[in-house]
Amino acid sequence: MSTSELLDFRPGEGADLVLRRATLLDPVAGIDAVHDVVIRGGEIAELAAPGEGQADGAEVVDAEGLHAFPAFFDPHVHLRTPGQEHKEDVETGARAAAAGGYCGILAMANTEPPVSTAADLSALREQAREGAAVPIGFLATVTAGMKGEELTEMVELREAGALGFSDDGLPIRSARVMLRALQYQRLCGGTIALHEEDPELSAGGAMHEGAVSAALGIGGIPSVSESTMIARDAALAGYEKARIHVQHLSAAESVEVVCAAKAAGVLISAEASPHHLCLTDEEVRSLDPHRFKMNPPLREERDRQALIDGLRDGTVECIATDHAPHQPEEKDVPFEQAAFGVTGLETAFAALHTELVLPGTIDLGLLVERMAGGAAPFGIERPSLAPGSEANVALCDLGAEWTVGEEGYESRSENSWCHGRTLTGRVLVTVAAGQVAFRLRSFSLGVAP
Amino acid sequence: MKHLLAIEQLSREEIEAILDRAESFAEVGRRDIKKVPTLRGRTVVTLFYESSTRTSSSFELAAKRLSADLISVKAAGSSVEKGESLKDTVATLSAYDPAAIVIRHPYAGAAQMVAGWTPAAVVNAGDGKHEHPSQALLDVYTLRRRLGTLEGKRIWIVGDVLHSRVARSNLIAFQRMGAEVTLCGPPTLIPRGIEQLGCEVTHSLDRLGEADVVYALRMQQERMSDSFVPSLREYAAVFQVDTRRLNPRQLLMHPGPVNRGVELSGEAIDSPQSLIAEQVASGLVVRMAILYELLAGGERPSAVGDGDAAASATPIGQPA
Repeated sequence: MSTSELLDFRPGEGADLVLRRATLLDPVAGIDAVHDVVIRGGEIAELAAPGEGQADGAEVVDAEGLHAFPAFFDPHVHLRTPGQEHKEDVETGARAAAAGGYCGILAMANTEPPVSTAADLSALREQAREGAAVPIGFLATVTAGMKGEELTEMVELREAGALGFSDDGLPIRSARVMLRALQYQRLCGGTIALHEEDPELSAGGAMHEGAVSAALGIGGIPSVSESTMIARDAALAGYEKARIHVQHLSAAESVEVVCAAKAAGVLISAEASPHHLCLTDEEVRSLDPHRFKMNPPLREERDRQALIDGLRDGTVECIATDHAPHQPEEKDVPFEQAAFGVTGLETAFAALHTELVLPGTIDLGLLVERMAGGAAPFGIERPSLAPGSEANVALCDLGAEWTVGEEGYESRSENSWCHGRTLTGRVLVTVAAGQVAFRLRSFSLGVAP
Repeated sequence: MKHLLAIEQLSREEIEAILDRAESFAEVGRRDIKKVPTLRGRTVVTLFYESSTRTSSSFELAAKRLSADLISVKAAGSSVEKGESLKDTVATLSAYDPAAIVIRHPYAGAAQMVAGWTPAAVVNAGDGKHEHPSQALLDVYTLRRRLGTLEGKRIWIVGDVLHSRVARSNLIAFQRMGAEVTLCGPPTLIPRGIEQLGCEVTHSLDRLGEADVVYALRMQQERMSDSFVPSLREYAAVFQVDTRRLNPRQLLMHPGPVNRGVELSGEAIDSPQSLIAEQVASGLVVRMAILYELLAGGERPSAVGDGDAAASATPIGQPA
């Protein structure tokens, strides 16, 4: 089912829009040409020859030289609601997603309190229907209160609309509890998304364990703390024929484990985050927790290369931001004391375009495909530019340069790992679930109605 | 030099400038009146979030010998206990317009962050397990006095390198002065990847005889509970530096406080080749030199504007 059928958002008018002479790229649908994109009533009505699309009273956008992609889908976002609305709420998080070109996001359940009951979940869905500019899907926790002990009422949560389950922020420490959750999945369905970290091995760590942590005297989080847990859970999922999704892969060893599990037929999918694809632990030498402290941590160049190879060969099917807003109080402290996490919704595409596509490391088409790859692992239809699809479009200027943070953020928090960077490529318009969810102010002012 | 945050940031020339300055303060220390007026009218704050004897007392005495006004803040008994953040504490202390803040903190990068929050010069007196630059400077000073130069000398740092900021700063400082450094300790207490700093790593004292200088580190009792070593007894059996393992031409150092009978034998501590007492004495003059370099040293304009006469470099040697 499509994003608008499964996810929650503020209902509104279906867009009537013509993107005149846009350069379209949707590798999955096999679209790679200049067209007039005719959107009527929130649906892609037609891909007309350049200049031939009939306006019929719809707004016409001069998109010559601009690129239209299927809008992006982020399976890993922290909206901090309920409990930490001073960091982010449903509305600001959705606005940040819209500004980043997303037509759908999945919100993690590690809130205060965690989303562990149908009542918690229903309240969140209601908030999204009132104020979310882009569709939001909510996950529920696997274990009650994220304590790692007892399962939540997963059947009831699914009936209440949980799109999947995750204790993200924490691993599921007990193999026995993990096995029970995978068994129970046969009853309730719903992909289980996993934050993979062996807390015994990562205890006391604040950054990747390696030469940089040795030089800085900061406790290390070894790569094997991630890969050994993935190996455990892949084995359990294979045993139970259950479906798991591995979150924020960071280490080369982890890519190997996922690749081997896939080859063995395990129902396993994996995501990687833009910061792990663009940065290494060398950044931590700055001791700047605002931009460079997150969990899993930035690792080494060999890990970064392994993640890029994983994107290429499909071991990593999607890009997920792990957008994790924090307020300055939690970051204006020495590195080891600072909160883990960086924001990423507003910059993911631009950062990856700048760091991976422009230097020729990966193709634009691969990036576009992986940016929307996070829907399928959760049973959600992939956004598409094919005629007849619900309109989910990101219109981008690939030549636009901008400095991140200069004009502030849509997010309520400013702990972007891209803060102060100049990026090339910018989202100008986002159409999500058939509605115009975002227009860059400077762009919309330049367009005649 | 505006701050002293990490040895990593100092060139050999900058290190030598501080050591040369320390030599002249050593001369002052032999006089009857040991005080000079250099920092008269200026304020030095020491801000210690961790316990310390040598470092805090020598910085405090150094500031007093330079005639500075001193504010000494310890986390215990201060607003830190009431939950005040480091940033707010620094803002509060900065309101007194200190010339320098000397800070010790349990986490890496604290001094660097403080430098971004205050107009004062910041001295890192130890940040987590990261760096302890004034210790490294006093150790290099002590060795230079003994050996003339560190160039080509072989220095072994033995013990718990993993938890030691002294080990990191000294490794870098010794290398920068031309020495070859070997780290020795149990594999559980040597951080993975440290050899990329250009040192050799070994887990045996067998070749200790190669060393010109043996620098032992403090072995903390609590390391056993985390399974870093099975027992202090076994640690001492394998890694204790004693007179049997030392030969008489080798120099022995330790940053203190020493666990007698653990990392060093009592005999070794009290042997003539031990420089431990000299290290403490060096701490005072080197810390005077650090404050002098930051607050009155070379790069400051010699003629400071009117009404700020106290800030100008005063020739040392005139009693206050």
